[in-house]
Amino acid sequence: MKGMLHPAPARVDAGHGARALATENSFRTGILSVMLLACGLFLSGASEPASAAAIAPPAAAAPPDDGQWTMPAKNYASTRFSELSEINEGNVKNLQVAFTFSTGVNKGQEAAPLVVGNNMYIVTPFPNIVYALDLSRPGAPMKWKYEPNPEPAAQGVACCDVVNRGAAFANGRIFFNTLDGHTIALDANTGKPIWNTHIGNINIGETITMAPLVVKGKVLVGNSGGEMGVRGWVKALDAGDGHVVWTAYGTGPDKDVLIGPDFKPHYDMDRGTDLGVTTWPPEAWKIGGGNMWGWISYDPELNLIFHGTGNPGPWNPDLRPGDNKWTSGIFARDADTGAAKWFYQWSPHDLHDYDGINEQILLDMTWQGKPRRVLVRPERNGYLYILDRTTGEVLSATAYGPVNSSKGVDLKTGRLIANPDKRTGTGKVVRDICPTASGLKDWQPSAFSPRTGLLYIPHNNLCMDEEGVEVNYIAGTPYVGMNVRMIPGPGGNRGAFTAWDVSAAKPAWVLKENFPVWSGTVVTAGDVVFYGTMEGWFKAVSARTGDLLWQFKTSSGIIGQPITYRGPDGHQYVAILSGVGGWAGAIVSGDLDPRDATAALGFVNAMKDLKNATTAGGTLYVFRLP
Amino acid sequence: MRRALAMLLPLTLALVACQREERDTRPQSALGSGEQPTPVTTLEPGGQRPSPTDNKAASFEANAFHMSEGKRLFGWFNCSGCHANGGGGMGPALMDEKWIYGSSMESIHATIRDGRPNGMPSFGQKIPDDQIWELAAFVRALGGNAPSSAAPQRNDDMMVHPSENRLPDAATLGKSP
Repeated sequence: MKGMLHPAPARVDAGHGARALATENSFRTGILSVMLLACGLFLSGASEPASAAAIAPPAAAAPPDDGQWTMPAKNYASTRFSELSEINEGNVKNLQVAFTFSTGVNKGQEAAPLVVGNNMYIVTPFPNIVYALDLSRPGAPMKWKYEPNPEPAAQGVACCDVVNRGAAFANGRIFFNTLDGHTIALDANTGKPIWNTHIGNINIGETITMAPLVVKGKVLVGNSGGEMGVRGWVKALDAGDGHVVWTAYGTGPDKDVLIGPDFKPHYDMDRGTDLGVTTWPPEAWKIGGGNMWGWISYDPELNLIFHGTGNPGPWNPDLRPGDNKWTSGIFARDADTGAAKWFYQWSPHDLHDYDGINEQILLDMTWQGKPRRVLVRPERNGYLYILDRTTGEVLSATAYGPVNSSKGVDLKTGRLIANPDKRTGTGKVVRDICPTASGLKDWQPSAFSPRTGLLYIPHNNLCMDEEGVEVNYIAGTPYVGMNVRMIPGPGGNRGAFTAWDVSAAKPAWVLKENFPVWSGTVVTAGDVVFYGTMEGWFKAVSARTGDLLWQFKTSSGIIGQPITYRGPDGHQYVAILSGVGGWAGAIVSGDLDPRDATAALGFVNAMKDLKNATTAGGTLYVFRLP
Repeated sequence: MRRALAMLLPLTLALVACQREERDTRPQSALGSGEQPTPVTTLEPGGQRPSPTDNKAASFEANAFHMSEGKRLFGWFNCSGCHANGGGGMGPALMDEKWIYGSSMESIHATIRDGRPNGMPSFGQKIPDDQIWELAAFVRALGGNAPSSAAPQRNDDMMVHPSENRLPDAATLGKSP
């Protein structure tokens, strides 16, 4: 089932030393950053050979683990790596259920639970209920719940199930978004709302599905709606009172995009005035997408945030000649003002709905003999990019799965080399385009372990037929203009879980899965990686070899983000939300009809048998050692 | 015998051609049918009464011209953006047997005109009433609720093989006459 490039080492109980360290670290987290840096270096250097120690997240963006889980990406570097190691390769086979909790909502559960102090917080899909569970009491009873009662009509403009990707915690408050376009701050202790800001308008097709990120007293939020002709934006809301501090659009004039004198893109193709207007047909930028519904990372030393931009709209590329700035790319922005510092476009004039909003992992590594501050991005178009995060220069772009829609990236110009044979257009059926509109990898976030130097990527293996059609723009209705029909990719396995050796730029091992791996993943200092499958299996595999160590069948397919934390009793726990849905699982959560190959923008054709493999659900599972 | 059949065939075709379906070339009103009570449940306290019918429903239902117009409008008004080609997506599937707000022409017409609370927009101000009836007729046809001789065919261009009625006869496949 897997291609193994590394010999499997003898299984060792590496947990004890690292666990002692983690406990020490938990005592004082707020000391000098120099101390933290030294500590981080020691941690990664102590237990691993030198080659792996060469790559690590910047200490300021990935402070020592305190056993909590306060944001979906674990830390600002977005490593989703936990230093907890009580659960390790040797004992993970003994994991058992500690408690479960029904969210009461049978839609796609994409959220990561949060753990702060003695409490766990969960956001459900629409109607976006927030639950606080008291971990210090037996069975983790509900402490409070908050129902925002979003507008039910919002369900009709959410492109791909009514998901929510989680909340964020900062300064005693829980911040989350609702499908109908509100950002809400709750008192983490009582669940009482502190402020509620309405920033998205469902009548033009705007929704919010992303998890916010809190940086320096600002709550960063972006909108969804790339399939509805919605103009994308990222807003910074004041964490204190919720007022909008700045808005950065994904298309339009430079002043709207917050492009000013500080903007220094690395490549010629991104230089010029008002490219967000001039690279579109007249006025098309106003309904051109470039939404931000994915992940944001933050580098405190550079004071930069990094976020991607979504696909241009409509999907039919004939209707929008030009590079369609600033869609399907990535921005580095000043964390205080939002001013753009650099931009790089993954897919200029995107042909296949390759949103550029996936996670970016911030790492410091040696590149061709020199230390570089990089950003690693497994991108939807099929390439794993390593960018210099200070300049936006592409250091490497390597396909991490089957790609035929393009022929690589020109490292001189930075431009993706599109394959003319796979170019779509009005009235033209193009077959066997890989990857699909859902990408080699969609939103499902990967994890990086500094102990192994491997990036663990949950992803898809699908191809598609596309046919461009004409489309009318009617505000608040879909603006796609493409018939799509997806099929399994080469090999027939529709999903894969790839461990990518970042320094060698090749896979260390690959696990094949029958369905797309639509869940996130977490990796620990116990050298265990957790992820879920759409059949409902929650799996633990060895971070070194990929060997399956343990699995548990949950009640529904898993598309959520696993987390791990230290409970009030001092022991390590692992949590995951089970409940199939999302774009890949819409056939089940939306009860779609598989006889129509184009249902759910073509995804249903590749998932015809999912209704026989699982049913809708919404249950939290928490595991621990006996 | 064979000759007699050959002579009968054009005659039959001519007779069939005489029975053309009636077509309203000039719709009565672009503004709508006015108030139209359309219950979305069969539960009625005090006993079930016959549900009200709209005289337009009968003239549009199962009418080949109106259904093919409905198919065209289904794409033009972006219905297909949510309901795909009947299998659903953002909106529910329309080709299955499940009808959340009723399967009658009147119910479907009311759903398109007035919208429904869980995401179906109200198109009453956007689409002329007769075209809503045409859409309703096509939506009923998607689920196989119209005679196959009148219902529009699916689009074949995305399919990997031609529709069954255009495939070579399975009985003679691989054999030369």
